[in-house]
Amino acid sequence: MLDLKREQLAAVRVKELVPYLIQPEFSERAMISRGPSARRGDSCHCRSMIGMTGAILGFGRKLYASSLSGVKQVVDRTQTVATLTGVSKAFGDICAVDGLDLSVRAGEMLALLGPNGAGKTTTVNLLLGLVHPDRGQVSVFGGKPEALSVRRQCGAMLQISGVPETLKVAELVTLFRSYYSDPLPQSKVLALAGIESIAGRKFGQLSGGQKQRTLFALAICGAPKLLFLDEPTVGLDVSARRAFWDVIRQLRDSGTSIVLTTHYLEEADALADRIVVIANGRVVAEGTPRQIKALAADKTIRFRSTLKLEQLGRLAEVASVTKTNDGFEIVTRSATATLRGLLNADAEVTDLEVTGAGLEQAFLTLVDNDNANQANDKEKAA
Amino acid sequence: MSNAITQSMSVLAVESRFELLRTLRMPGFLLPTLLFPAAFYLLFAVVMPMGKGSFDMASYLLAGYGVFGVIGPALFGFGVAVANERNAGWLLLKMASPMPITIHFAARVFMSLTFAAVVALMLFTLGAVFADIRMQPMQWVSLFFILVLGVIPFCAMGLMVGYWARSQAAVAIVNLIYLPMSVLSGLWWPMQLFPAGLQVFGKCLPPYHLVQLALTPIGMNTSGAVLEHILVLLAYTAVFLLLAARGYRRDAAARGA
Repeated sequence: MLDLKREQLAAVRVKELVPYLIQPEFSERAMISRGPSARRGDSCHCRSMIGMTGAILGFGRKLYASSLSGVKQVVDRTQTVATLTGVSKAFGDICAVDGLDLSVRAGEMLALLGPNGAGKTTTVNLLLGLVHPDRGQVSVFGGKPEALSVRRQCGAMLQISGVPETLKVAELVTLFRSYYSDPLPQSKVLALAGIESIAGRKFGQLSGGQKQRTLFALAICGAPKLLFLDEPTVGLDVSARRAFWDVIRQLRDSGTSIVLTTHYLEEADALADRIVVIANGRVVAEGTPRQIKALAADKTIRFRSTLKLEQLGRLAEVASVTKTNDGFEIVTRSATATLRGLLNADAEVTDLEVTGAGLEQAFLTLVDNDNANQANDKEKAA
Repeated sequence: MSNAITQSMSVLAVESRFELLRTLRMPGFLLPTLLFPAAFYLLFAVVMPMGKGSFDMASYLLAGYGVFGVIGPALFGFGVAVANERNAGWLLLKMASPMPITIHFAARVFMSLTFAAVVALMLFTLGAVFADIRMQPMQWVSLFFILVLGVIPFCAMGLMVGYWARSQAAVAIVNLIYLPMSVLSGLWWPMQLFPAGLQVFGKCLPPYHLVQLALTPIGMNTSGAVLEHILVLLAYTAVFLLLAARGYRRDAAARGA
């Protein structure tokens, strides 16, 4: 009886997840604009790339055409532009990043997805050379991330709360363009970020969305080959967020490699070619948005039964069946459907237990955060 | 190599231009730093000079308010702005950019020097026009350079405050340092008017040593020593920079660098 309740609870949880996990509007749009080349990149495995990075980087760089200048960059999506290898970083007692392996491939939009405090920002700071690892190695374009030659190829939009308020938007762009030897033309930067109409306004007079767009302009003005966007749409209302997504997509389509951190599953799904889920400084899961969503929906059912392994394999929606020391373990795409069949076949099932397939907990935290943030947004709007 | 230097110089030029523009558009910064020294000088040296007999109060206060006027923008420009930018993450964004962060601070030194020059010239004009101060051209030029270059120890002091103060507290802290330190160093009135104990304390403060240097070309240096004052100011600069560097490292450690 108690176990059944747990099952019902699990079903409710799945229902809760559905609106966040399955949003046909977003996933389909993302699929269409992503195109076939990105899909090919998705299937390639990253670990094997790490060792080769150094050898092929020189070649990889040559493939880049003049970036963002309206013509798409020529990008070989099998190249790796940045890697973290076994990186750990602790702040006092708190381990922000714990043995992280990560690679960023040329031309991909990689989303680092995780709840607040998962280690996403630390990961970005490591890749920017703002934080040095306790253990492990960080390599960007084959060099140290803090090298000026590397930084000239990167752009960053960090979570910052203030910019000198008396400077105008166009002036801030001019300032940051001067840091790069071969920046994008001023007008191009303003157009890409969609801030032409507010170029003459002082930063202190801008709305939240306009401020984010201006910070985005500062991130792209050096025509970066690798762009970091750390929680770019946090604090924006729904319409501003969607408008901002279009700006980011436009840049991705030009071939820029982008690392995006977010705690919005919806955002990762709408934008990313590949999602790496991070929790407690570790990679919890990695895959295409579709794979990640499938993982999140899976359930594990454990029980004792007199049924045979083959009988269990024929139950509805079963992905895999394993015999364990004290019973069976089924991974299913739908706990409700599988359980219905199981209980029909064997009413004497004991020790029944339904749990999420590992990822669920991480996602529940994500969803909780998401809900909290949406509530915040509403409060702000009110 | 020379190419890299040329590029650094052009980045410094742009950075300095916008640093100046940023401050010029802040009335809260601009008006006190420009008007207070001028208004105080007019009040105490011209309208109601307290000097009696042979003491040339107008000339003394030209050096005194000169020092007071030039160290203000340095202390506020570094102390308050660095604390704000550090806490808001703007400094971090610049550190992630391909601009060496030293250029950012060099531009702020340039801003402080520029303000110092403006304040000095403004006070010179007031002194010559309203207080009838007459000096040889070399005296004017020497005083000008002493005042302008004298801001550097106070840039270091502001940097130190900026790296240790929280942004909300920075303005209060700088004011708490700036005003008492100026008065006790004898910038507002000659130190001889203070009780002996305060004089001993005042002579330890950095502005005292700068004002003694500034009084030298006017012929009113009461201590006689010049090299000593320069060495004390250099030592102060070194200490402030060391403490600023510790604050920088503390910041970096909190971030995990």
